[in-house]
Amino acid sequence: MQRRIRPYGDKTDDGVIQMSFTLPVPAGPRAREAARLLLEREMGMKDVKIASMEGIATDYTYFVAYASTQASLDYDAVDVPIVKTPNYGFTGVNQRIESELKRHIIVVGGNNGFDSHTVGIDAIINMKGFSGDYGLERYPWFRAFNLGAQLKDDEFLDRAVEVNADAVLVSKVVTQRDIHKEDALGLIQRAKDRGLRDRFIFVIGGPRLTHKEGLEWGFDAGFGPGTKPSDVASYLADEVIRRARGRQR
Amino acid sequence: MATLPLDHDKVADCRHLARGIAANVQQYIDGHTTVAVERTVLRLLGVDGTGEHGAPLANLLVETLHKAGVLGKGAAWWMGRCFRLGMDSPTTMALELPRLLAAGDRGVPPLSAEDEQALQDDVAALARDAVEELGRRREHRKALRRSLGIGPDPQKYIIVATGNIHEDAVQARAAAQAGAQIIAVIRSTAQSLLDYVPQGATTEGFGGTYATQENFRIMREALDDESRKLGRYIQLTNYSSGLCMPEIAYMAAHERLDMLLNDSMYGILFRDINMRRTFIDQYFSRRIVAHAGIIINTGEDNYLTTADAVDKGHTVLTSQFINEALAHLAGMKDSQLGLGHAHEIDPWLEDSWLLELAMAQLVRQVFPAHPIKFMPPTKHMTGDIFWSHVYDAMFNLATVATRQSIQLAGVMTEAMHTPLMMDRYAAIKSVNYIFNAARHLGEEIEFKRGGIIDQRARLVLDRAHAELQHVSRAGLMDAIGEGVFADTRRKLDGGKGHDGVVQRDAGYFNPFLSLLTPAAEPY
Ligand code: B12
Repeated sequence: MQRRIRPYGDKTDDGVIQMSFTLPVPAGPRAREAARLLLEREMGMKDVKIASMEGIATDYTYFVAYASTQASLDYDAVDVPIVKTPNYGFTGVNQRIESELKRHIIVVGGNNGFDSHTVGIDAIINMKGFSGDYGLERYPWFRAFNLGAQLKDDEFLDRAVEVNADAVLVSKVVTQRDIHKEDALGLIQRAKDRGLRDRFIFVIGGPRLTHKEGLEWGFDAGFGPGTKPSDVASYLADEVIRRARGRQR
Repeated sequence: MATLPLDHDKVADCRHLARGIAANVQQYIDGHTTVAVERTVLRLLGVDGTGEHGAPLANLLVETLHKAGVLGKGAAWWMGRCFRLGMDSPTTMALELPRLLAAGDRGVPPLSAEDEQALQDDVAALARDAVEELGRRREHRKALRRSLGIGPDPQKYIIVATGNIHEDAVQARAAAQAGAQIIAVIRSTAQSLLDYVPQGATTEGFGGTYATQENFRIMREALDDESRKLGRYIQLTNYSSGLCMPEIAYMAAHERLDMLLNDSMYGILFRDINMRRTFIDQYFSRRIVAHAGIIINTGEDNYLTTADAVDKGHTVLTSQFINEALAHLAGMKDSQLGLGHAHEIDPWLEDSWLLELAMAQLVRQVFPAHPIKFMPPTKHMTGDIFWSHVYDAMFNLATVATRQSIQLAGVMTEAMHTPLMMDRYAAIKSVNYIFNAARHLGEEIEFKRGGIIDQRARLVLDRAHAELQHVSRAGLMDAIGEGVFADTRRKLDGGKGHDGVVQRDAGYFNPFLSLLTPAAEPY
């Protein structure tokens, strides 16, 4: 069964979208018409309403517009990889590790490259955690090392080897000019070069990241905004247990 | 006028404690110099341009002296010594010095007392000219600023950050036309970790535009022009922080910047730069700034992104007292101290906005003569730009109600990217509306005695006082080691740039230490 969907404004399938943008021309009737044509003729929108036009600098005009799109999409055909582990919660995760793995899970976490943002990785690792959800340091069955930011790739990997980590947690926050991607790919490449890629579970996270991107960039998982430490702990518990079982066989 | 009952004795004791804390750090500073300080000395003495592999000549020379272990005498002394050896251009010095230093006494023979005096006199004369030039530039700015006027407080401060200085100039003009009074050019990611200042105009940066002397000049020129068109003087600011803190201060002074982000601890806490290095560097940068009449903005607002704004709000005040005391030791006046604080309490907490008002009003009253700077919500901003715009509006209201001096306009896209032209416009429009609509609110209202706001302000001051007592016992460097500020711990000899710290020799020579006198009237 196909289920085609369109944006919802005021009624089913009306396709209404709200937009704002700037054109590099002075405000006036011609600018207004240009904005309308851009949406209607060039972008194929219907029912274009230029709600507001305002000159915001010499030669720049800001528009707010509403219009409807005829485009629609088969929702059932949308395929997006998601981290499949349910959230077991703090107690659930610990019980699982205690009964099924019977040893600590060891992780190192940090932010490589020149990115100096630590709050994201702190939220996952530090005691305090994030929005009422305890960080990995608080889990009796985790041993977590927070290495901070501005890490060199080798420094990061050396620490992972040194503490015999199960997983490497990477946080990337600055995304301008795809610097986060470059840093992420760089780390994976370095791990491959050193023969370490398969030794650790590599997890990436950050405000502009998805699981899909994580997989595409060669990580085992990716986590986006609003991630709770218990989401990551649950995933790691399952994955480490799965790998341990694989090895036994 | 809405005021909170302030415990003046406690405030006075806070200042007293901070003075002691700063004096201790100053003792260490006075015995040391750094590669960055010495590069700045050379730049002041006219060393400009680049040498081998495009490295700045100031870097090449200082590197040579540092490697030879003779930087403790001061780069100014070595410059004078080179003069006496017949070298007069920095390029020649960079080429010749390594060989001469390697040859020991044969390369650089000892001087008679007379020659030593003559050497110092020569360099001091050059230095005097340099300092006078900075003074002239200060007066030039003062004249422009006074003739055109800067407009009322709270000053509207807004950022541009395209990565391309020419594009930045377009956006800065647009922002000024929309009502901005101060333009900040955000620096490229990771510039603070470069141990040199890039050269020339730049058109590519990550999350900001490189701070270079030429970029400063281009932007100031554009704003001078725009100021004349608008009939009001638009101020410009940049970052004197990171491993080149004093060099940037010099370049900013030379290019007539009006303000600088300049904090005694920001680099330590947020870029992991070595603390000794930072303390020495901040001192010399502030000596320049004191003379050049530049207003500094300190970075306490950032503490509330890594630490909780309710639990650790008092550390902002604690640090402001310390920043103030350290700046005074460098000769800065209160009117130059734009101490920073921020609107970062979890907005979904009941009465969170009342707590914000309490802090903003407290800082206003504790630092009445200072151009304090209020920073917008950042940490709790989200990709829902409509809600974020409302959140910023509440911040704008807090700013005008508590009569802040400088306000960095919050932009609704904070959680995504540095502002696009229309994002910035929407932000300024909201600020224009709210500042105007509530212009005299602070003079109309009163705070209820014993109410939520009053109690919160008392609590914050009490805790700041206790924290200052603690820091004063532990010493500032150890307190940083414990994670008192920003919940971030740093080690005394850890972090970047520690190898650039040098003990001063008994014969250390730096004529600027006596010549850079505080400006009587900064602006
Ligand atoms: C706090 C902050 C800072 C602080 C950082 C302090 C610190 N020690 O971390 C300071 C002031 C130092 C700072 C500096 C800069 N910042 Co900043 N900063 C922010 C801010 C306000 C909040 C980020 C934050 O802490 N969020 C809270 C945490 C909890 O959220 P999070 O990181 O998304 O993490 C969650 C998830 O993503 C996930 N997650 C994150 N990492 C990981 C890792 C793993 C393994 C997993 C599983 C999950 C996970 O879980 C977390 C919890 O849910 C944002 C704006 C915003 N509101 O987002 C700008 C922001 C990120 N900064 C920005 C910029 C540009 C900078 C600078 C480059 C500015 C400059 N030019 O100097 C510098 C950085 C210099 C450098 N070398 O990197 C931009 C980035 C733009 C972009 N898209 O590239 C932003 C978006 C602001 C803006 N609009 O311009 N910044």
